[in-house]
Formats: sequence, C-alpha cells, structure tokens
Amino acid sequence: MLNFVQKRHLFFTIAGVLIALSIVALIVSAIMFNGQALRISIDFKGGTLFSLHFTGPVEESAIREVFIANGHTSPIIQRLGAVADNSWQVRTRFADSEEIQKLLDDLDAQVGTVDRTLSNWNTVEPTVGAEVAQQAALAVFVASLAVLGFIWYSFRRVPHPFRYGVVSIVAMLVNVVIALGFFALMGILQGWEADALFLTALLTVIGFSVQDVIVVFDRIRENIPRHRGEPFELIVNRSILETVHRSLATQLNAMFVMIAILLFGGVTIKPFIAVMLVGMVSETFTSLCVAVPLLVAWEEYDHRRTLARAAA
Amino acid sequence: MERRTIISFVLILLLTAVAIYGVAFQQHPAWLTNLLFWQPEASRNLDFQLGLDLQGGLQVLMVADLPPGQALEPQAMETARRIVEKRVNALGLTEPIVQIQGKDRIVVEIPGIDNPAQAVDTIRETALLEFGEPPAGMTFDSIYMLQMTQMPISTTYGLSEAEIQAQSAMTGSMLFKTVFTGADLANAFVTRDDRTSQPVVAIEFQSAAANAFSEYTSSHLGQYLCIVLDKQIISCPRIDAVIPNGKATIQGSFTFDTANQLAVQLQYGALPIPLKIESYKAIGPSLGAISVEKSIRAGVVGLAVVFLFMLIYYRLNGLAADLALALYVLLNLLLYKLVPVTMTLPGIAGFLLSAGMAVDANILVFERMKEELRRGRSLMRAAESGFSRAWTSVRDSNLATLLTCAILYIFGNAFAASLVKGFAITLALGTLMNLFTAIVVTRTLVRVAFGSFGDWIQKHLWVLGL
Repeated sequence: MLNFVQKRHLFFTIAGVLIALSIVALIVSAIMFNGQALRISIDFKGGTLFSLHFTGPVEESAIREVFIANGHTSPIIQRLGAVADNSWQVRTRFADSEEIQKLLDDLDAQVGTVDRTLSNWNTVEPTVGAEVAQQAALAVFVASLAVLGFIWYSFRRVPHPFRYGVVSIVAMLVNVVIALGFFALMGILQGWEADALFLTALLTVIGFSVQDVIVVFDRIRENIPRHRGEPFELIVNRSILETVHRSLATQLNAMFVMIAILLFGGVTIKPFIAVMLVGMVSETFTSLCVAVPLLVAWEEYDHRRTLARAAA
Repeated sequence: MERRTIISFVLILLLTAVAIYGVAFQQHPAWLTNLLFWQPEASRNLDFQLGLDLQGGLQVLMVADLPPGQALEPQAMETARRIVEKRVNALGLTEPIVQIQGKDRIVVEIPGIDNPAQAVDTIRETALLEFGEPPAGMTFDSIYMLQMTQMPISTTYGLSEAEIQAQSAMTGSMLFKTVFTGADLANAFVTRDDRTSQPVVAIEFQSAAANAFSEYTSSHLGQYLCIVLDKQIISCPRIDAVIPNGKATIQGSFTFDTANQLAVQLQYGALPIPLKIESYKAIGPSLGAISVEKSIRAGVVGLAVVFLFMLIYYRLNGLAADLALALYVLLNLLLYKLVPVTMTLPGIAGFLLSAGMAVDANILVFERMKEELRRGRSLMRAAESGFSRAWTSVRDSNLATLLTCAILYIFGNAFAASLVKGFAITLALGTLMNLFTAIVVTRTLVRVAFGSFGDWIQKHLWVLGL
C-alpha cells in the first residue's frame, strides 16, 4: 500500500525546493526588470502595446526609427511568431488616438504596409493602470478571505477545524508561490507580462486550491468514527487512497482540456491557460502531499507534547 | 423500473431534442425568437454573440476630465453618454455599446469596425451647433428634404472669404451661411406654447449676441433660419417677428421628448463634460476569426480526449457520463444563445474548463459506486448510495468554484475587464448546469441502464471498470 503520510518528509522537501526555485525566479526577474518580480503589463502600469502584422518582410530598425521620430524614445520591439509571419510587437508609452493613427500611417509610408485586419493595439493611461492594480490587489485579498471563510464553514463540525483551515491555507499559499514563480520564469524566458487575465488565472488557482483538500478532509471526517481506535496516521492515509482515484481522474480531465487549448487555441490566452495548468498540477500535489500529511505532523507533534507532559 | 425514472428519462430526451434544435440550426422562425421577451425587442435572436476579441473591433474607455474642485453631475454624465451614443450610432455599425462605468467613465465598444482610429475621432469630436441661413433661392421644400434625409450640408463656418466666394459662385450652391454658433447661446430649455400648449424649445442668446440676433431678425423677416448640428439640419423655423431681447422659441411638431432632446443638443451641442480617453483597444477583425477557429479546434480535441478517458476508465458508467456531458455541452451553448452571453476567448476557455471539470461530479459518484460494489453491495444499492453519499463532496467543490466566479465577476466589473467577466460567467453557468446534468441526467441514465440490464451487469462487473 502506497503510504503518502510516511513519505511526507520527501514531499515536504520537494515542496520546499519548488518554493525556493520560485523565489529565485521572482528575485532574478526583479533584478532584470527594475524591481518587477513579475513583468507588469500595460493593464496595470499604462502604456501602449502594438501587435502589428505587415504585408511583407520589414526591418526592426526601421520600425524603431518611426517610433523614435514620433517622440517614443524607447520602444521595445519583438518579433511575434515565425519570421514568415511578419508580425511584430511594440511596447511604448501611452499614446492617444491621433498619435496612434500617425504612427500607423508613418509605418505604412516608411516601413511597410500594416494589415489592420490582422493587427491590434491597446493603449492605457498610467492613472487607470494604477487604479486597476489597486482593484487587483483588493480582489486577491478578498478571494483569500472568501476561501478562508469557505474552509471554516466546511469544517465547522470536525475536531480541530482551525487546524484544517491552517493547513489548507498553507497549501493555497504554496500554490500561489509556485504559480507566481512559474510566471516570473516565463517572463524571463518568453517575456510574459502579468495582465488582467493573469490575475484571473491566479484567482482561479486560489479558488480551486481547496477543492481536493476538501474532498480528502471530507473523507477523513467520515472515516474517523468508522475506524475508531486506528491511529490517526492510518485513517488519514486510508482517506487519501480512497479519494486519490477521483482526484487524479478529475485533474486529468481538466488538464486534457487545458493542454488542448495550449496546443491548438489562440496565442493570446496561452499564458492564462498555462498558469491555470501549473496551478492545477501543483494543487493536486500540495493537497495530497503537503496539506494532508501536514495535518498528521501537527497531530503527532501534539501527541508527543502530551506524552512529554504526562512523563514530566 | 420506477415510473419516476421513466418520466425523467423522457423529459431528458425532449430537452436534448430542444437543445439540438436551438444550437445546431442557424435559422429560427420569428414567432420563436419573439418568445425571448427578456432580450431587447430590436435584436431578439438565437445567435451567438461574439465579443470584441472574437470579431474584432474597438473599445474606448473615457473619463470625465473636469477641472479640480468641479462636481460631476450624474445628469450631465447621462447626457454625455447619449451624445456619444448618437455619434457612435451615426457610424452605422451593428450593435455598438455605450455604457456609463462607475461614476465618471464611459465605455464604448464597437464590434467589427475597420477603421478604429477614425471612429475614435468621431466620438471625441466636439459637436458644432450653427444657425445657418439657407442659400438664396433654396425652396422650403428642398430645405425640408435635407432635414428629413439628414443629409450633411456645407456651411461657411471655418471657411475663408476666398473659399466662400469660390463655393458660392458655383451654380446650385448649397452653402449655408453661418450666422450664429452654439457659443452664442446662453440657455435652451423645453417649455409649452402659450396658445397651443405644444412643447417648444426656448432659447436665450448671450447679451452680446442678443443685439446681433435682434438686428438679424429684423432684416430677415419671413425667411428661414436653420439650426444645424454637426452639419445636419435639425429644425428650420421661420422668422415671424423681430426678436429684441435674445429670447426665442423654436416651434415644430415636437413631442416632449424630442423637444427635450433638441434642447439638450442646443445646450450641450458640445459634450457637457470634457472626456479624456484613458484606454483604447483595437483588434483587427480577421484576427478574431482566426481565434474563433482555433478555439473550436482546441475545444473539439480537448473534449474528445475527455470523452475517451471517461469511456475507457469507467466503461458503461463512462458512457452515461459521456451522454450527460454531451447534453451539458449542448445545454450550455443553448444558454449562451438564450441569455445571451457574449462569447470571448477567455469565456470559451472558461466553458471548456467547466466541461473538463463537469465530469468531476460523475467521477466522485462512480468511485463511490465502485467502493460500494467492492464491499459486496448489490448493483442497485451501490448505485443509489454512490449518488447520495457523493453529494456533499459534489456540493462543496462546486460551491468553491461558484465562489471564485463571484469574486472574479466583481473584480472584472470594477474596471470594464469584459474578458475577466466572460470567463467568470461561462464558468459559473457551467458549474450550475453541471449540477443538473451530472446528478439528474447521469443518475437517470444509470437507473435506466441498471433497470434494463441489471442482471447481466451484475454478472459482468468489468463493464463498470471493476
């Protein structure tokens, strides 16, 4: 019989390593991008993002010249997709509609025709960006509180509901750190930027991070009276084994869908789906291998303390 | 088999037929779409509504840009919205949205537009109100025609003397002479005519312009003077008397509403509040079409794998879950058409994800069922206790998802993030729908199967993946 609980030290080590790696990724990102542990998109800080599709091959330097000539001193220009796509991404400061129109016209005249039907651009004023960022922080805070409340409600009738709550929150935090670390890494490697959709993915990860925990805890609650006298460790492990099929089968199905979207879906939602996928994998791991064994560790610590007190 | 089971089975079949009809067919008779009383009358249909990211278009977020210390009146905001809406509608594109967001923002969404930059200019442009003198020799009938057809006219406003000369010299010139502009007006409001008690629009000129207006009216008695807004004639009253004090009324066949509208336009010809563009997003229409195509492909592949997995892993039960899932997909799509839910890229992702997770409830039940069978329970008892005992877990995990959706929706609502809202809505609808299909539909299907071939299944438990 596979023993999740006994292997807990191994699992805790793995979780520790993952957390450490995530923090390293966040720090490296902060060093590389002026203190941005995650690269922030224009949604939150303002600016303009162009995705331009040219009808023929163009030079990066020519694009840069047009932007500089129009007073955009430091545009960040990247190729999008394959060379044959003739697609370029340009990031620069906020520009009003006349400025954008002028930039596009100048690009047409001096670089190459921009196919408007295959291009998009998005510009955000810095003040709105700041407001959105504030809303976002609030949303994450409220989401965490709501999950906390939900856990408290779900376990109001088990012994030590506080304990169940704490380990669920620990698991959730581990998930969030891993998801953030993954995104920081992709920011370094692929230039991914945290936008409103990233936040949506993060909030979804937070919301889902208690699902598996709840099912296992539910089973523990059911098994305690049924197997009276059995050590807690055994009951917990039994509960994990009884529910592991369901956890894996469910996660697998969700993953099938997400992988299909990653492989075949639109480019714009790839980071969004990827964060949810990573969050979901780490959620399965943290629920079964961190949250639940942590409960046992806590119980054992308690038990040892009681014994020590009795001995004294 | 119980009577109840047979009835719900028949009802499920009927529902399936309805869903297939609603989703798979493009054309629906008018009497049917007219039943959708909650949709706006002008656009009742059973079509998918595509968001900006799927059909391309323009989204502009504007904020009231008042000098510090000046209070923002909700009434002025509503007027600004109406003026912006009029201008957007004048672009002649399908289903533009102009909404007030929060206290001081207006969001404009124009789907399927080719030239977004031009549209932004149109929205922001300050409306121009003119009092135009019709060109000499133009009959009242032709003036009336211009007013009725809303044909744009040309006026002398902003033209140089030389240009005016050149244009007037052309035969059949249609050049209106601008004698006053909105800048000369002090006030405009709706009142009722003393004699006829018809609604009329009263206007007051500023004191400097009042004298000029008095002189003008005395020298042009019996002639028409057209009120022109953004180069369109809105009314052409006749000067019946000299107007000495700068106070005049515009009579016409007004209802109270149309008179009020004119007063608003006269007073606020320019937007009542200066609007500043805060964010502006343009998406090429072909880009949207590519996204739709890719999303459909991703959805088909992803769901196909889920169908296969359930079939292989849970066999006969898996088949029941697959049928329930197929109905789930159909019902969700039907709901998107009925409500209607605007589909966006994240919205589709939310739907697909909810479909992937929809089988969770079934999995919980089937795992329970297997456990009970292993303990030696009879087939029927195992099935029933599988459904009833898995319920708390199903309820809790769905509740957690709904909670997440609520937070996402509130967050998305706070700053016009329609993409975030799209994801939250489809995921939430999917979760609710799931409670119906995964529990009611699957249970009925399992009961029908076990009721019909129970003995055989009991002897061949491998068909349940045991």
